Amino acid sequence: MNKSRRFAILAERDINKETFVEPWAEAGLMVTDSPYDPQPSLQLAAGQIVQMDGKARADFDALDIWIADHAINIAVAEEAMAMPAEQIAHMLVDINIPQRAVRRIVEGCTPAKLCAIMRHMNVLEMMMGLAKMRVRRTPANQAHVTNWKEHPALLAADAAEAALRGFAEVETTVRVARNAPFNALAILVGTQTGRGGVLTQCAVEERLSLQLAMKGLTTYAETLSVYGTERTFADGDDTPWSKAFLASAYASRGVKVRFTSGTGSEALMGNAEQCSMLYLEARCLLVTRGAGSQGVQNGSISCIALPEALPGGVRAVLAENLLASMLGLECASGNDALASHSAIRKTAKLMCQFIPGTDFIHSGYSAVPKRDNLFGGGNYDAEDFDDYNVLQRDMQIDAGLRPITEEEALAIRSQGAKAIQAVYAELGFPPITDAEVEAATTGHSSDDMQDRDLITDLEAADRFLAGDQTMLTVVAALQRRGFTDTARNLLEMGRQRIAGDYLQPSAIFDRNFHVLSGINDVNDYTGPTTGYRLQGERWDEIQRIPQAKSPRDFINPQIGEPTPKLVEMGAAKDGTRQEVIVAVGPAFNRELTRTIGGLEHEAVLEAILTGVAKEGLVARVVKVHHTSDCAAIGQIGAELSGSGISIGIQSRGTTIIHKKGLARLNNLELFPQSPSLTLETYEAIGRNAARYANGVATKPVGVKIDNWARLKLIVKTALLHRRETEAITDEPPTELFFDWEPDV
Amino acid sequence: MTYPLLENTNGDLRAASGRQAEAIGLDTLAELSPADLQIGADTLRAQAAVAQQAGFTQLAENLTRAAELTAVPNEELLHMYEIMRPGRSTYEQLQAMATTLETQYNATTTAAMVREAAAVYQQRNLLKRQR
Repeated sequence: MNKSRRFAILAERDINKETFVEPWAEAGLMVTDSPYDPQPSLQLAAGQIVQMDGKARADFDALDIWIADHAINIAVAEEAMAMPAEQIAHMLVDINIPQRAVRRIVEGCTPAKLCAIMRHMNVLEMMMGLAKMRVRRTPANQAHVTNWKEHPALLAADAAEAALRGFAEVETTVRVARNAPFNALAILVGTQTGRGGVLTQCAVEERLSLQLAMKGLTTYAETLSVYGTERTFADGDDTPWSKAFLASAYASRGVKVRFTSGTGSEALMGNAEQCSMLYLEARCLLVTRGAGSQGVQNGSISCIALPEALPGGVRAVLAENLLASMLGLECASGNDALASHSAIRKTAKLMCQFIPGTDFIHSGYSAVPKRDNLFGGGNYDAEDFDDYNVLQRDMQIDAGLRPITEEEALAIRSQGAKAIQAVYAELGFPPITDAEVEAATTGHSSDDMQDRDLITDLEAADRFLAGDQTMLTVVAALQRRGFTDTARNLLEMGRQRIAGDYLQPSAIFDRNFHVLSGINDVNDYTGPTTGYRLQGERWDEIQRIPQAKSPRDFINPQIGEPTPKLVEMGAAKDGTRQEVIVAVGPAFNRELTRTIGGLEHEAVLEAILTGVAKEGLVARVVKVHHTSDCAAIGQIGAELSGSGISIGIQSRGTTIIHKKGLARLNNLELFPQSPSLTLETYEAIGRNAARYANGVATKPVGVKIDNWARLKLIVKTALLHRRETEAITDEPPTELFFDWEPDV
Repeated sequence: MTYPLLENTNGDLRAASGRQAEAIGLDTLAELSPADLQIGADTLRAQAAVAQQAGFTQLAENLTRAAELTAVPNEELLHMYEIMRPGRSTYEQLQAMATTLETQYNATTTAAMVREAAAVYQQRNLLKRQR
């Protein structure tokens, strides 16, 4: 077979580094609608479910029992199961039907029924549903803050910056398990330095995680994993009962909890029971609801590459976020683990959650470079911050973040690093030096940080975990060292803990430590003008990316001292001999004195006249006043020209070689890419115009095509043209005397 | 009580120690002990009522269990969680734990869930593996 150059280039693209497979139902490699998925059904007897999704109670496994007895609302079950799935799908998309009306019915649905509803919906409809069903009206975002060296100063600095950038939750984890208490402490101190009210967690083994919570080192726990088959659940070392117990244990210590599930985990762990990923995820979500968890982290999470290898994978992942919201669960919607090599693909997928908004658009935006992300995450990382802020600004969408300046970042990072340095000093931990604080302030990753003595750090961490130093010790330390704001915020987190307001569904704190949750920030979306709208101060904040400039000063580089060598004489007369007319725009060498490429108008004229002279002709310069249009300027020059040939130039440099008799928008040669024109090009243009006037065969001037030029310079182009257009008057064309002779 | 409780407290909101929420601040820091930052059973029951009122029934049950579990000390709570996990305990151990929850801690809702677990684990082979 012949080889194709184009296919060879395509093969090198990032998208072709991924794995794509055909579905294989028996292996559980199917995202939705497996032939082995049960059909929806439900039978009640004496107020109890005795048959569900084709299984009699005698055959229920542990998950079925839990779902039947704890998750499904018996009071509406028969009504819900009798309602056609398409009708419920309609209700989700119908903006006139509010969230609570849909939720009432969904609460009576079995896992297979939930999947049947999804079957009828495309991604656009699912996004409409998600915008309405999201539990909290205000969208928010969560960050990962970790680093390979587990350096406390860097953790604190990154946590402080993440808080300033707007994240409502920050999650850390460990590379070495014994670092858990110190990592948790560093991001707690860092976030409360950046912004009081940011919730923090440390993802470690369940029992250790509960211990950290008991010491007040964390305010929430997320990685309470649930699975869609009994065997997988047991391999995950829990049951719905133990998970529900754990959730209550956390709540008894004032700690917010959300469970974690996601399509693909059962297939990955070898026990998918031939069911589709979405069906198993629906079971997970009902287990979660039955346990009374306020929310869930889902959207495939770590397994994302598995559904994305299959057709409809991204759609299924959106469906699972929607199901969670439908069930009244806070949803931290994935977009965390590395999902794709392709920037195009990863952002297309993100839009499924970004555009409608979820409770947390990312269940872990890596606020550090991906190589420092200990979650195997970093789908979006610190190097994408500016892109992300632009996306919000482009679409007028609140995805939880705000732009910050370099100065603000340095200041808050320094403050966070110093705060944890102070805590370490006061509590007798191995010291953090000023050099480490400085490195954390200006650094980007672990690579910029000093190595610490891991052995002494770990021994101190063990003592801290086992000992009786608590959050109060930390607060006192911070206050003694003058970190009053951080101390106050930490203590306020403790005070909020005794109130438990943030245990309600979908709770976060705003910048004033005011709780926003599904109780007092209800998503009341019912179409345009309702629900959360990005406007006012928050929209202003999102618009103000540091890179945005005022357009008023944009064209200053093109405004200089006009050359006195170019003098306006009287009205331009018709030419009678062989000549080339150079017709210039109304602002030429007056309001504007340089082209968009920065060439002096004087130099441009000199180059053109040199070219004309080299072909043995003379050029006459004429200024057109009554139009700023390049073709019109060129045509007017051609009308005046003794040879019928002219060169028309706008002040920004766009040039045309025109000929008398041609239609206005026709030409002999056109040079629309003014930034690409050099003095050499202008001289060549002069030569070609003269050759056309002499009737000599000539090869058109070749100009480099730069398709990026318009992208980069379109604002400047528009403003330069505006300036030229402002200079229009009703005057007829005038002759310009150029006090200069070509050297030929 | 009106939600958010912390903003509508009238001095009724107290930590597990009995300290009023208003009495927790940097100015009283020196007097505070860890129990002053622990949530009390009454507060959890109030939050359960808030959840129930808003239609989050299972969350309300969770918070009710949580209120009961405030009485259980940390180490024992961690131990109880272990007992609930698959393959950790016998049917009798789970039943005994349920009894302890009822009689020692008055944790009747939690105890009911534990008894339910015992029955299901037995049925579904999730108890400690017999040698």
